[in-house]
Amino acid sequence: MAEYAVELRDISKRFPGPSGELVTAVRNVTMQIRDGEFFSMLGPSGCGKTTSLRMIAGFELPTEGEVYIHGKPMGKTPPFQRPVNTVFQNYALFPHMTIGENVAFGLQMDGVPKSEIMARVKQALEMVRLPGYEKRRARQLSGGQQQRVALARSLVKRPEVLLLDEPLGALDLKLRKDMQLELKKLQREVGITFIYVTHDQEEALTMSDRIAVMSGGVTLQVGNANEIYERPNCKFVADFIGETNFLQGKVTEQNGKAVTLALAGGLTVHAEAEQSLANGTEASVAVRPEKVNLTGHAGAANQFTGRIVSVVYIGTDTYYGVRLPGDQLLRAREQNDRPDSRPMAAEGDEVTISFSTQAARVLTE
Amino acid sequence: MSSTKRSPWITLSALLIYFFLYAPIVVLIVFAFNSSKTNIVFEGVVNQGACGPFYWFCKLFSNDDVLDAAKNTLTIAFISTIVSAIIGTMAALALQRYDFPVKRASEAALYIPIVIPEIVMGIGILVFFSALFTWFNSTFGLVGDGRLAMGLGTVIVSHIAFSIPFVTLVVRARLHGFDKSLEEAAMDLGANEFTTFRRVTFPLIAPGVLSGALLAFTLSLDDFIITFFTTGPGSTTLPIYVYGLLRRIVTPEVNALSTIWILTVLIVVFISQRLEARR
Ligand SMILES: Nc1ncnc2c1ncn2[C@@H]1O[C@H](COP(=O)(O)OP(=O)(O)OP(=O)(O)O)[C@@H](O)[C@H]1O
Ligand SMILES: [Mg+2]
Repeated sequence: MAEYAVELRDISKRFPGPSGELVTAVRNVTMQIRDGEFFSMLGPSGCGKTTSLRMIAGFELPTEGEVYIHGKPMGKTPPFQRPVNTVFQNYALFPHMTIGENVAFGLQMDGVPKSEIMARVKQALEMVRLPGYEKRRARQLSGGQQQRVALARSLVKRPEVLLLDEPLGALDLKLRKDMQLELKKLQREVGITFIYVTHDQEEALTMSDRIAVMSGGVTLQVGNANEIYERPNCKFVADFIGETNFLQGKVTEQNGKAVTLALAGGLTVHAEAEQSLANGTEASVAVRPEKVNLTGHAGAANQFTGRIVSVVYIGTDTYYGVRLPGDQLLRAREQNDRPDSRPMAAEGDEVTISFSTQAARVLTE
Repeated sequence: MSSTKRSPWITLSALLIYFFLYAPIVVLIVFAFNSSKTNIVFEGVVNQGACGPFYWFCKLFSNDDVLDAAKNTLTIAFISTIVSAIIGTMAALALQRYDFPVKRASEAALYIPIVIPEIVMGIGILVFFSALFTWFNSTFGLVGDGRLAMGLGTVIVSHIAFSIPFVTLVVRARLHGFDKSLEEAAMDLGANEFTTFRRVTFPLIAPGVLSGALLAFTLSLDDFIITFFTTGPGSTTLPIYVYGLLRRIVTPEVNALSTIWILTVLIVVFISQRLEARR
């Protein structure tokens, strides 16, 4: 058994653009997807997620680099000879066939005997909670049901890897949430490697074992939800996943991971960095709003006074915009967990905010 | 809508339009039952021989020339329909799917036969074939019956040529908005290119191909001009035959023939409309 279910080695893909020039959709991407894992590709629109997925499925061939599935280089192997199946964003159910025929299609292609096909189709439809839907047509089903049929059609073949391109994109929020949990549960049950494409960071965080964050055709960071959220390796990841405050400053001292920076307005910040930084380096300090305390903390590494400039109530939480000396803005998020739930401060109030060294990460790119 | 009061002029002009369209056809059919052989005025319903009022129809079916012409017409129509349906569909698929340097030009060129006057095309095909055959016969020293000449073959080839654009047009309309991911899904599930075409692409475009083919069939059935320029001895079609008859005398036989013809075309059109409606 090969080490990885799917491996992309230094893949690039260029398309001919509208006026003859080449458009790079994917640039030197390397990814290793482990057997049985729920792996997500996450990134904004146009960052090359679909293109990467299509190269694994075989619908596109890489301009450079190689796709390996279970250690085997795929080369020009056509889609119908790859041990992977795809769930398309628009489901792509065959409109001229019944649901049963749709699900049976892949098994017929594999030459599975008729009697076995019937049983497996039935079983697959039960697995996606659509028992007895064999005789219906795709257009008679709701979006969520069609989605599940598409899933059954792929899973009935028992592929080694299932590719999903924003499979929940067309569903409404409530159904999306239900399907997220259902998909995750299903993946655990069948134990198939899922490669899941989404531009919804919350979806990726909820479902994935590991996430690759992509932007502009390159992979920026690969890691589990916690790593990506707590230890982003660049400003893009910090900004794209969740919310982040960025404070601009210059490095004045580094002692191992601990870094001291001077901000505008004469403030000094104590933060952490993975990399070694020369004194005087321009850097950003990323602080998550929920890690900023609105009430000063004796002994906190970073403690500043500022003035509240905005209060935004969002139900579970309230956002407070704080203007620090030197005109830097910092958003603090406080949970509304006290019984009276009155705002902790009002616009114009002077407050002392604080955050720890670990909550502040130095990012240079 | 129904509550708006319609102007009587609109009703009147609609009636007139239908009158002008259908009166000649009704007259034509009525005269197929005329008892007058000269067929200039209606002299009552014929009632002669074993067939009674259908006397002229029976006479028609015992006329070898008519039967030969009908056989030629149908042979030409069937062969040209099948061939043009296949080529026209492939052209539509190619135009839909591939980007190639001369795509726009070749697309425009495909539709030119639809818009240029048929007589120009007829003359063009005639000149082309006679030049080709003259060159071929002299180059290969063919003499007598061995020479290439106008006949069923040339008619079929030219019918195929003018039918292709119509088939392509109809199939392209069907392909418009065709979801390419359906084909990808089929391949993803293990179907090779051919199986994908057979199980997914073709069933989805089949209604378009069929109605294109029926269009080609009716065009071929009643084509006169191009057939006139490309026909030769032994390849007389019904339109050519009727034209020949008219120059002598219009017997009710011609009306009977036309009646059968109209019915045939009506049935074909009806079927094709039903297929279109099933989209
Ligand atoms: N067939 C193609 N021809 C030309 N350019 C293409 C083609 N497919 C993708 N691209 C380009 O490649 C880039 C990446 O596209 P891709 O579809 O992979 O993005 P994505 O991350 O899936 O975005 P989205 O979230 O919007 O689906 C885009 O700039 C796109 O315009
Ligand atoms: Mg995409």
